[in-house]
Amino acid sequence: MTSPTRETTKGGVGDSPLRPDGTLKVRGEFAYSSDLWHEDMLWGATLRSPHPYARIRSVDIGEALKVPGVYAVLTHNDVPGTNLYGLEHPDQPVLAVDVVRYHGESIALVAADHPETARRAIKKIKVDYEVLTPITDAEAAVGPDAPALHNGGNVVRKVHIERGDQHATADVVVSGVYEVGMQDQAFLGPESGLAIPAEDGGVDLYVATQWLHVDQKQICFALDLPTDKVRLTLAGVGGAFGGREDLSIQVHACLLALHTGKPVKMVYNREESFYGHVHRHPAKLYYEHGADRDGTLRYVRCRIYLDGGAYASSTPAVVANAATLGIGPYNVDNVTVDCWGAYTNNPPCGAMRGFGAVQAGFAYESQMDKLAAALGIDPVDVRVRNAMSEGSVMPTGQVVDSAAPVEELLRLVKERPLPPATDGPLDLTAMPGGVSNTTHGEGVVRGVGYAVGIKNICFSEGFDDYSTARLRLQVINGEPAAVIHTAAAEVGQGLVTIQQQIVRTELGIDQVTVHPADTTVGNGGSTSASRQTYVTGGAVKAVCEAVREKLLKLAVARFGEPRSELSAPDVVAVLGDDVIEETVEWRHRPTTALDPDTGQGFAHVQYGFAAHRAVVDVDVDLGLVKVVELACAQDVGKAMNPQAVLGQIHGGSTQGLGLAVMEEIQVSGGKVRNPSFTDYLIPTVLDTPPMPVDVLELADPHAPYGLRGVGEPPTISSTPAVVAAIRAATGLALTRVPVRPEHLTDTQSPSA
Amino acid sequence: MRLNVTVNGEARQADDVWEGESLLYVLRERLGLPGSKNACEQGECGSCTVYLDGTPVCSCLVAAGQAEGCEVRTVEGLAEGDQLDRVQQSFVDAGAVQCGFCTPGLVVAAHDLLKRVPNPSDPEIREALAGNLCRCTGYEKILDAVRLAATR
Ligand code: FES
Ligand code: FES
Repeated sequence: MTSPTRETTKGGVGDSPLRPDGTLKVRGEFAYSSDLWHEDMLWGATLRSPHPYARIRSVDIGEALKVPGVYAVLTHNDVPGTNLYGLEHPDQPVLAVDVVRYHGESIALVAADHPETARRAIKKIKVDYEVLTPITDAEAAVGPDAPALHNGGNVVRKVHIERGDQHATADVVVSGVYEVGMQDQAFLGPESGLAIPAEDGGVDLYVATQWLHVDQKQICFALDLPTDKVRLTLAGVGGAFGGREDLSIQVHACLLALHTGKPVKMVYNREESFYGHVHRHPAKLYYEHGADRDGTLRYVRCRIYLDGGAYASSTPAVVANAATLGIGPYNVDNVTVDCWGAYTNNPPCGAMRGFGAVQAGFAYESQMDKLAAALGIDPVDVRVRNAMSEGSVMPTGQVVDSAAPVEELLRLVKERPLPPATDGPLDLTAMPGGVSNTTHGEGVVRGVGYAVGIKNICFSEGFDDYSTARLRLQVINGEPAAVIHTAAAEVGQGLVTIQQQIVRTELGIDQVTVHPADTTVGNGGSTSASRQTYVTGGAVKAVCEAVREKLLKLAVARFGEPRSELSAPDVVAVLGDDVIEETVEWRHRPTTALDPDTGQGFAHVQYGFAAHRAVVDVDVDLGLVKVVELACAQDVGKAMNPQAVLGQIHGGSTQGLGLAVMEEIQVSGGKVRNPSFTDYLIPTVLDTPPMPVDVLELADPHAPYGLRGVGEPPTISSTPAVVAAIRAATGLALTRVPVRPEHLTDTQSPSA
Repeated sequence: MRLNVTVNGEARQADDVWEGESLLYVLRERLGLPGSKNACEQGECGSCTVYLDGTPVCSCLVAAGQAEGCEVRTVEGLAEGDQLDRVQQSFVDAGAVQCGFCTPGLVVAAHDLLKRVPNPSDPEIREALAGNLCRCTGYEKILDAVRLAATR
């Protein structure tokens, strides 16, 4: 059941019109946050801690201040408001006071007339540290003996879910311990922005972010300024994937600008970017699945430890996701889940595409394969036997009240023809090891693996999740023209296109301009949780309806009779020289908190599902993997923009592939060892295989147009599918991602 | 130092260039051409790719002084007025642009490939673009764009 729409509007919903920013982007003329420039501007730089945990005895800025070209050197003493920020709990100092809790924590700032001058001045700041022993293991951190890193201890959040018989038994039991390494969002556009001090004592900030209003709130808190003095405009965003949900340069650049009275630009380089944003939580997951001999699941019990690092960020919500989605898209009557988010001295972790569901997904899908192997059942069959469907009940007791085509998605990827074996003329790029010429096929074994995943869409657990849209309609050059204005962040996904499409469909007009996102309009909520097309899309639809209602009222006056539809010429006649402007706040249906004792509740608005089949070639002598094909099937409710849907599925699948075989921030003793694109590898075009996609459109009656959030589900099932394929090729257990060459050869066995 | 360089057909001069500055920095911060991007500044991502005397290079790895007297062509110099180059148009049409941060570098790299190899095979396209990272698209639509451009 889809909400009624006018089907045929050109460039409207369901079409794939060109992006409004596409031409600027291919010409090199789109203004990203790192491209901004202002007369007389200074460059900011940040001093960061080289230690994961240390007491700060003193900070001496004297020498730095003497460097010619330096305009300001600031420490926590210069923070006028509360020296704390954080998405859910403000627990992170804007600038460290007497302790640093992670490698890369900000301590001081410099503004200078050249970026290199600023960086050199940073090196002249003398900090006297008393180095402390870091806590680096999340499981130990929440144990009884660990020293507390924060008042209140090291448990950021603990979620317990119980459903059914807590002591259920089964004929067949498989258990496993799994680990997920720390993944980085690795968006290409570095953290950056430009802060311009204003005459009214406030500041205007142009920044790449995912959520303007939550940035604004945190900046006001730290600067002790009212909201109207801190004005934000979204600058061009070079990808986000969760890594821009927390603050990076925002408060720092504003502090420097207000202090110097000059515009200040800050741009991280790639190394600093690795320190400057939160990462995906590393996890350790203990699972036990009990099943009948036919594969029917009797119970699942699991314990999940997520390493939140030094500060809370969005760890509480990540914990809830990992817990509530912890058993995957399966029907299980008896469930026990315990999930902890821990403070440690590792880099802070927070939002990254998939947000808790990724870590759980690797574990529960590995378990399903293990169960299939124990029973001698096909891995797809064991999944299908337990697959949830519409009407299924989540471990939280929530009934899944729209399409949940888990079985169909699995069948779609399974029924696809397999890619041919590589037998034609030798193409090294198709071999594990690629053009390094490490094999011509000898020692290469093929494997096929499957996985399916579940993700919640939109914000959960009773959060008041809404967006605001303003629409202005007038006649320009004889044509009706609309300007749609929201604060929702376009980060590359194509929200600007979707907004235009919705206005075209709802109002039947061609000319639709998207106003730059800023804080002069109400909150648009975060570009995360796959929620913007749903929520800001819902707000845009709602404001169009409000405008249409006004138009229809005016039409009665103009035409002397009511009309149900207005053509573009009618709109021109009705409007004349008038301007209609409406602003609407739109909310999705409410959710509820989880019961603190049992974890029961209507926690999530919507669920999204995707399945993958991975085909890999493994050079078993060298431990090199080539993913040959990565097929995906996903239900998107309604493909609002089919081309953009594919783009999300391809991109999400590739990030999952990266986690499976290459991407990990190596942290040892709390120190980041590979903060560069030389040492932190993301998939290149040679690592990325063809990715055929099946898209289902099973409308969700609760959502605008029946749509289902698209961005995250493909990131969840991609990783376990690739690992399953490597297991199929090698027969190895592979309990940790990313899978490294030494896990595949005899040189080092996997950790569990 | 003073740097003399021809950029997109125009003789340009930059003053007070510090010896440590890269060609990328000079283009972006001194010559008002921020189209070439700065995703890593260490030669790993290709977002800064420009033609230097006709050869594509990572401009972040070229010291500004090395470009003295050279011809540089950046992404801003590919279109003829309002008329996009076929590679640029194909990137837009194929949906190869999401955040677009990789796009300038990929457009220059693909432009170079099609100059050298008018009808590249898929392995040839992949090899030519292997030095350009994209985090958004999974490359599928980028491959489509290059295939499309080759037909135009
Ligand atoms: S910025 Fe030059 S290669 Fe990345
Ligand atoms: S489109 Fe975002 S990095 Fe390629």
